[in-house]
Amino acid sequence: MELWLDLKERKRGMNSREISLKLNGCEVTATVEPRIHLADFLRHTLGATGTHLGCEHGVCGACTVNVDGDAVRSCLMFAIQVDGKNVTTIEGIANSDKTLHPIQEAFRKHHGLQCGFCTPGMVITLEAFLKNHPNPTEFEIRKAISGNICRCTGYQPIVAAAMEAATNLKNQGQ
Amino acid sequence: MKSCNFSYYDPNTVSEVVSLISRHENAKLLAGGQSLVPMLNFRILSPEHIVDLNKVSDLFGIKENGNHLSIGSMTRQSELLNSPLIIQSSPLISKALGYVGHDQTRNRGTIGGSLCHLDPAAELCVVASAYNAELTVTGKKGDRVIAMSDWPVDFLTPALDHDEILTNIRITPWQGSHGFCFIEFARREGDFAIVAVAVLIEITDHVISKASIALGGVSAGPVRLHDVETLLKGQSPGQELFKEAGLLAKKVDAMSDVNYSTNYRKRLSGALTERALHGAMARFKGEEEGHE
Repeated sequence: MELWLDLKERKRGMNSREISLKLNGCEVTATVEPRIHLADFLRHTLGATGTHLGCEHGVCGACTVNVDGDAVRSCLMFAIQVDGKNVTTIEGIANSDKTLHPIQEAFRKHHGLQCGFCTPGMVITLEAFLKNHPNPTEFEIRKAISGNICRCTGYQPIVAAAMEAATNLKNQGQ
Repeated sequence: MKSCNFSYYDPNTVSEVVSLISRHENAKLLAGGQSLVPMLNFRILSPEHIVDLNKVSDLFGIKENGNHLSIGSMTRQSELLNSPLIIQSSPLISKALGYVGHDQTRNRGTIGGSLCHLDPAAELCVVASAYNAELTVTGKKGDRVIAMSDWPVDFLTPALDHDEILTNIRITPWQGSHGFCFIEFARREGDFAIVAVAVLIEITDHVISKASIALGGVSAGPVRLHDVETLLKGQSPGQELFKEAGLLAKKVDAMSDVNYSTNYRKRLSGALTERALHGAMARFKGEEEGHE
């Protein structure tokens, strides 16, 4: 009985597929099992460990990545679903000349992180949010990061960083 | 916290989907995945087959057909939230979506997924109930239309056979001069509502001519407060009337769970209904909702 179950289990996963995507501007091709979610794929298969995994059921927001312009939870998407898509993770946020992105710069200035576990998700979420809302109020920022849990900072420095980043991004016309 | 193994299919058409789910008994449809994938990760579910709907282009989009809206079941919550067509014709939907999860989940979550998952607190189910939405499901034998009132069968169980798929949601926006309001009470931003309420009231010659009130979070499916609607009809809106409506709403048959008792849910139902009626009136008069 157990052997039979084992064989059945194995047979189920026999439809691995080759996928291609753009990760932070670079073409990547890999073979994935359908059950592997995007966060595990990024971290384990591609070694892009900047994306953090907190809860794995869509509550904490740490694993937030950008797929085709939208901030999404990478633990709630299967890697097989990003075939042909553009994925941006925290590794792809800084400018090409290695200087920090204005959001990262503001986080550093305002001590918007302590342990840093939630930071990749915070930055990716805010990047997508500030693109669509260049003049946010503090309330709107708090709403925007309501899906990202931080256990260290008490959120005040993160909100301060986001406010300053919004101003700087607007001045840069980015 | 990993899903079990499954066979994955990503068909392009509704007929391919129907053929796949009628061939495979233990198959699950994957819409936005914002409820299904956590359940897979927790292994609450372990289907043998996953049929991904994200490439079925016919299921996406909002169309205006005469006096009603036709919403594809795979339309993302974020698209509905920001759609000018929705904001202009049935803004209650967009208001309610502000309470659904967060940006990151709304970017993937779909209206069809929410209606089929049928969480007791799901805001979109409450709104669909308030609007008397009509749901089109497609199976081997063709289409059939199910009224929202007949949709919930049991806890997390809609009136959908395993070989059927929800393809379209038809909403008839209110045409006359009316007010609307959606409010809910949750412990944190984006959490599931403990109780949610949607209110639509039409006012003709200073009298309430039509009312629709739906509650979420009190029972397996959304609950229409028909007795409160009857009470309001023909009356002129005011503080006293809304207070009475709140007291009647409090009598709703509410469930209890480990976190919140029946009594707590009843009290919330009363308070939120009264507040939402004031909110709808404020909206009708053109003021911003003062009671949010």
